[in-house]
Amino acid sequence: MTQAFAVRQLRFWLTNYRRTWQGSIYSGVLSPVLYLGAMGLGLGTLVNAHSKASLGGVSYLAFLAPGLMAATAMQTAMGESTYPVFGSVKWLKTYQAATATPLRPADLFHGHLLFTTLRLAMNSAVFLAVMAAFGAVRSAWVLTTVPAAILTGLAFAAPIEAYAVSCAKETSFAALFRFGIIPLFLFSGTFFPVSRLPAAVRPLAYLTPLWHGVALCRSLSLGTAQPWASALHVGYLIAVTAIGVYAGNQTYRRRLYA
Amino acid sequence: MLTNTALAVLPAPPGIITLLARLPLRPDPVVGTGKSCVRVAGLDRRAGRRRDYSPGVSVLAGKVTGVADADILIRARGLTKAFGGAIAVDGIDFELSRGEVFGFLGPNGAGKSSTMRMIGCVSPPTGGELTILGLDPVSDGPAIRARLGVVPQEDTLDVELTVRENLLIYGRYFGLRRDVIAERTARLLEFVQLTDRAADQVEPLSGGMKRRLTIARSLISEPEILLLDEPTTGLDPQARHVVWDRLYRLKQQGVTLVLTTHYMDEAEQLCDRLVVMDAGKIAAEGSPRELIAAYSTPEVLELRFRLEQQEQAAEKLADVPVDRIEVLADRILLYTTSGEDALAAVQARGLEPATSLVRRSTLEDVFLRLTGRRLED
Repeated sequence: MTQAFAVRQLRFWLTNYRRTWQGSIYSGVLSPVLYLGAMGLGLGTLVNAHSKASLGGVSYLAFLAPGLMAATAMQTAMGESTYPVFGSVKWLKTYQAATATPLRPADLFHGHLLFTTLRLAMNSAVFLAVMAAFGAVRSAWVLTTVPAAILTGLAFAAPIEAYAVSCAKETSFAALFRFGIIPLFLFSGTFFPVSRLPAAVRPLAYLTPLWHGVALCRSLSLGTAQPWASALHVGYLIAVTAIGVYAGNQTYRRRLYA
Repeated sequence: MLTNTALAVLPAPPGIITLLARLPLRPDPVVGTGKSCVRVAGLDRRAGRRRDYSPGVSVLAGKVTGVADADILIRARGLTKAFGGAIAVDGIDFELSRGEVFGFLGPNGAGKSSTMRMIGCVSPPTGGELTILGLDPVSDGPAIRARLGVVPQEDTLDVELTVRENLLIYGRYFGLRRDVIAERTARLLEFVQLTDRAADQVEPLSGGMKRRLTIARSLISEPEILLLDEPTTGLDPQARHVVWDRLYRLKQQGVTLVLTTHYMDEAEQLCDRLVVMDAGKIAAEGSPRELIAAYSTPEVLELRFRLEQQEQAAEKLADVPVDRIEVLADRILLYTTSGEDALAAVQARGLEPATSLVRRSTLEDVFLRLTGRRLED
C-alpha cells in the first residue's frame, strides 16, 4: 500500500515535470559539454603534458569525466531536493493538499525520492552520452556508472530532502550550497586525486558521500574497480541514503501532521 | 457583560432550563450540552440518500436504512489538542449524523481549525476519543481520508497547473481511473461554474473561482463527509454568495457537511446544527433557531448615539423595560420581545439616538451573550 501511494505522488511530479522537461534536458546536456570541454579538453592538455602518470596513466578527460558524472548527480539531487520540496510545503502548499487524500507524509517523501531517482537516471544517461561523444568511454563497463551515479545522488537527495521539508526559510539552502555542495564539488576527488590533499584533511574527504561516489564511478569507468572497494563505496552510499530516508520519514510527518 | 439580572429575566423556553442554570457567569463555558438540546433539523434528511453532485439533478431518496448508530459519522468525547503548553481544543464532545450540516461557530483562535484538522486525520489528538466513520484517525488515517473531502482554509491548489489538471492530480491521489476522473471533472466544473476555464492555468483565477475549484476538487472522490474550514473567509460579498449557493445545493442533495466559520450569517443559513466555540471549549449547541431562542430575545433594538453622548445615554437607558442591555463601543443593544415598544420607551425618556434599528436576533447576539465578545472582532 505504501508503495502504491508513493507512486501516486510520483505521478504528481511527472505531471508537473511535463511543463519543464525540455529546459531540464538542455541544461542536462549543456552542463557536461561545458565542463568536459573546458576542463577535460582545455585544462586537460596542460595536465596530460605534465603528469599523466599521477592519474594512473589515463588522459585527464578520462579521469575527470566519471568523477564529474558523480558530482553532477549530487548537483541534480541538490536541485530536486531543496526548492521543489520546500516550495511544496511553504509556497504552493501542494503537500498540504495531498495530506487531505489517503496519502501519508512518508508517501509524499518516497514519491518525491522516486521522481528524483528518475531525474538522476535521465541526467546520468545524458552525461554518459556526452562522455561518449567526447571520446571518454573506454569499455562497456562504463554503463555501470549510471546506477552508481544514481546511488550517489540519492545519498544526497534523501538527507537534503529530510532537511528541506523542515526548513522555516529558504535562505538555509544558499548556505548549504555555499558551505556544503561547492566544497564537496571541489575537494572530493572530482578534479584531482584526493591523495594530493594535505594528509590532515584527507580523512575528511573519505567521509564525504561524494568521494565514495566519485571513486566508484571512476573505477567502474576506467575498469579498475576492486570488488571490496566497490562494495564499501556502495555500502556507504546505501547507509547514508537509508539514514536520510529514516530522518525524512520523521521530518515529513512532523511538518505535515502538526 | 452578563449580569444576574439579565439571567433572571431571560425567557426560558422549555427544555433548556438546565442549560440556563449552567450558563457561563465565569469564563468556564457550558460543555457537553448535547443531551439537553433537541436535534431537529437534519433528522429528516438522514440515512440512505444517494450521493450525487450533478447540478440540477435532484437526488432521489434511497431506501432508508434505519440503524441510528450507523448514522453517527463522527463522535468526539473529551477531544483535546495541545501545542506544547497551549491548549487549542479543550475537551469537547460532539456527534455528527449522516446528512446533516454541522457547524463550528467561533472567533479566530477558538479551536475550530484545530478540530477540523483532527477530523481530517492530519493532526493526532492530544487526548480524548475521536471516531470517524467508525475508525480511528491515528491508525486508519488513509482509510478515513479516502472517504472525506476537505476544503482547507487556505487555498492549496497547484497554481502552476490548469483547472482540469488540478482535478486530475487529486483524483489520481484517490486512486481513481482517468475516465472516471474525466467524467466527474466535467460534472463538477459545471457545478462550480468553471467549465469555460477548464484548460486555463489556476494562477490568474479570482479568489472566488479558486474557492469554487477547491470545492470541486474536494468532491472528486465523492466523499461521505465534506469538511470546509472557513469556506468564504477572504472572499468579497458577491463571491461569498456564489459559494454559499453552491454549498446550499450540496446540502439540498443530502451531502453531510462540516464547516467552521466566524460569520454568523453563514452559520445561520447553512447549518442544521452548530456548536458555539470559544477558547477551545463548546459554549453551546443546537440549531440556529434553538440557540437564538435559548440565549437571546426575539428582537433587538440597536441604538447609536453621538460618541460623547453614549455613556450618558446608557445610564438613562438602565431602567427601560427590556430583558437585557449590551453597551458596545459604538452602539447600545436592547434585547426585548418588541423592539418598537422599546424604542417608544427610549423616546419617552427624551433620548434622541442618531440612528435606531429594530432587528431580529442573530447568532451574533447568541455569541455576545455567551462570551461577552463579538464574533468578527
